[in-house]
Amino acid sequence: MVCAVKHGTFFSFVFPSLLAMTLFIALPVASVVVQSFHAQHDQVIIEVENCGPFGCETTTKIDQEATEALRQDQPLGKFVGLENYTNRGHLATSEIGEAWRTSESMGDFLGELMNLPFYRAIAFTLTFTAIVTPLTIMLGFAIAVAVNASARMLRGPLIFVSLLPFIINPLVGSLVLFWMIDARGILGHALQFLADDPELSVKASTPLMWIMLMVYGIWHAAPFAFVVFYAGLQTVNQDTLEAAMIDGATRWQRVRYVTIPHLMPLVTFVALIQLMDNFRVFEPLVSFSAAAHANSLSYYIYTDLGGETRLLNSAAATSVLTIIGVAILLAPVLVRTWRDHKRA
Amino acid sequence: MTKIARLLGATALITAAATTAFAEAHGGCKIDGGRLSIIGNEFPAIHTVANAATSCEGIEAEANLTADHQKLHVAGMTGNPAEYTTAIVANSSIVSLINEDVIRPLDDLVAEYGQDIPKHQLISVDGQVMAVAFMANAQSLVYREDILEQAGLDVPTTYEEVLAAAEKIRSDGILEYPVGGPYAAGWNLAQEFVNMYLGHGGEFFEPGSAKVAINNEKGVAALTMMKALSEYMNPDFLTHDSNATSAEWEAGNVALMHMWGSRTGVLMDDEGAEPVVYENTRIRGPLMVGDSGVPANTLWWDGWTVAKNISDEDAAATFQAMAYGSSPAILNDETMSQAVWLIDGFEAQPVNEGVLASVQAGSKPYPMVPYQGLLHTALGAELADFMNGAESAEQALADVEAAYTAAATEKGFLSE
Repeated sequence: MVCAVKHGTFFSFVFPSLLAMTLFIALPVASVVVQSFHAQHDQVIIEVENCGPFGCETTTKIDQEATEALRQDQPLGKFVGLENYTNRGHLATSEIGEAWRTSESMGDFLGELMNLPFYRAIAFTLTFTAIVTPLTIMLGFAIAVAVNASARMLRGPLIFVSLLPFIINPLVGSLVLFWMIDARGILGHALQFLADDPELSVKASTPLMWIMLMVYGIWHAAPFAFVVFYAGLQTVNQDTLEAAMIDGATRWQRVRYVTIPHLMPLVTFVALIQLMDNFRVFEPLVSFSAAAHANSLSYYIYTDLGGETRLLNSAAATSVLTIIGVAILLAPVLVRTWRDHKRA
Repeated sequence: MTKIARLLGATALITAAATTAFAEAHGGCKIDGGRLSIIGNEFPAIHTVANAATSCEGIEAEANLTADHQKLHVAGMTGNPAEYTTAIVANSSIVSLINEDVIRPLDDLVAEYGQDIPKHQLISVDGQVMAVAFMANAQSLVYREDILEQAGLDVPTTYEEVLAAAEKIRSDGILEYPVGGPYAAGWNLAQEFVNMYLGHGGEFFEPGSAKVAINNEKGVAALTMMKALSEYMNPDFLTHDSNATSAEWEAGNVALMHMWGSRTGVLMDDEGAEPVVYENTRIRGPLMVGDSGVPANTLWWDGWTVAKNISDEDAAATFQAMAYGSSPAILNDETMSQAVWLIDGFEAQPVNEGVLASVQAGSKPYPMVPYQGLLHTALGAELADFMNGAESAEQALADVEAAYTAAATEKGFLSE
């Protein structure tokens, strides 16, 4: 009886969030998976004459009635199995096989691989995630320690200033940086001066563009890590720190052997959030007009969904691949957290 | 082509007085209820049309004018009722609306409310009126007269001459990057290729099929010319769209530029630039390239459509408001130079010269083929690698063909 009541209470508490998760997470994901296995029907094309201010010309158009009949029969489109996943826009299995057979060296093969849009997107996304995540954590930690060590009076203003990059909208923040690194902007011009190369342009060079995107990523996310670590620093045991001081530990040794172990669970938390955030890097690519130099998985989905020629099934396939990517990426952290949890 | 030529002849006869009389007669616009919601691109002429249409009394009216209109209009017209009751489109973007079947034929509305609309403004597809065009547009050469004089150069008429002139201007130390053009990776870069490829006499598809055929000598020649031009452009050229390129022009950094007719008015007015720049800004006709005899640009019209998924009342209100927005009533001293209006009463202005010359020189209209948009997207995504110097022209064109083929297969235009 008690047990039944308990279950009933538990259920009524959990039900709303369970319902929301099913509606807003599980069902859309299922729908995306289903769509990724379909392509559009064969279009029925007819020849027509179009007239306008520049005269008439014979061209083609889609026969809407014939196509509509096909759509009515199978609203999802035609089932193509894994074709969307294996085509050139995604895993490009046959292109990779071909490249593997024909390329003479590993570098040659990698060059061919980077010529394929999906692999180019994943290469940038992974590099961005791998570099930005640890640097964000380090920079956030350094700011937190510095602010914590500053005079009490200064802390308020310091915290405010340190948080600014996080408060600014990503699109606006990256646009500001975009104009600063312009060849005629203050940073771009300074770089030309430092490198002694008046031709140097960040926007025209792929490596520099990548670096700039990552610098932006770190600049934008460091305040988040800072706030979390700063909160954590307030709970460091003062007795332990004093004991360490009496034992003659240097400032660095105190940070290394007392503060960092104390903050470790927070590092896991920030790493988890940052991995997810960085894996879906998107806004800076838009603001930096970086399409010529860098592509990310999110931006790739965006270009499929936007524009005059929406490739919905292709976007669905990329989305599923992205979900799989996130799962692989987060697995180590999650497994570790779960183990710690069990040990505790 | 003949129609616009006749139109030009006719407009010469119509005096300014007649235009003002017309405007007064049409004084206002009153409609009995209904909804008007406009989605469209963002440049001065479209603002004029949208402002006039939304000024109509008796309707609920709003307008969303943005450079991202192509990303929004299909989605915004697919629902029932559609969010947008009209999309202002061009001969490229109307195709996606027809492909998705979200706009309605206008024949009945033309018969009821559009008797005044001249025939040459009606865009018909397969015998049905699908849009009403109000302006023509084309890219052409914009140049700085003072700089060409200083370098002792004639106005270039071909891209080969542009290269020679650019070299002279650079070697004389006048400007480091004398050439400009909207070469931003994506839609703009693809458009420049379309221009250059047509200028070489190329055809995009195998006759009567959706199979792409651009990886040929003409494609390579087009890319080689684009690359040669880019050597004289600001190194950031792959991030410069029409707006950024115009800004470069107004900053006085460019002497020879390929630019849209609809945007040249802004360059020649006295805002945003030093007098030495805007006073010396001149427009010329389209540039030729190679020996094909076809200009290296495309002809465009801009016009409006009516959504399919809206009530008859809203469709009627939208039609009447847009018809007013593109009627002779909108023409005045300020709006006359904003575009090559296809509207009766239009008088050609100096800034319109590029578009008019393109019509006379036999430029081709941008192709209205259902799968042209897919090719345009593939070009925009894959050509940047070549312009960066990361791969050869042949490789870039092969990549475009492969990307197009994958997309066209998924869209059902090609079957394996």
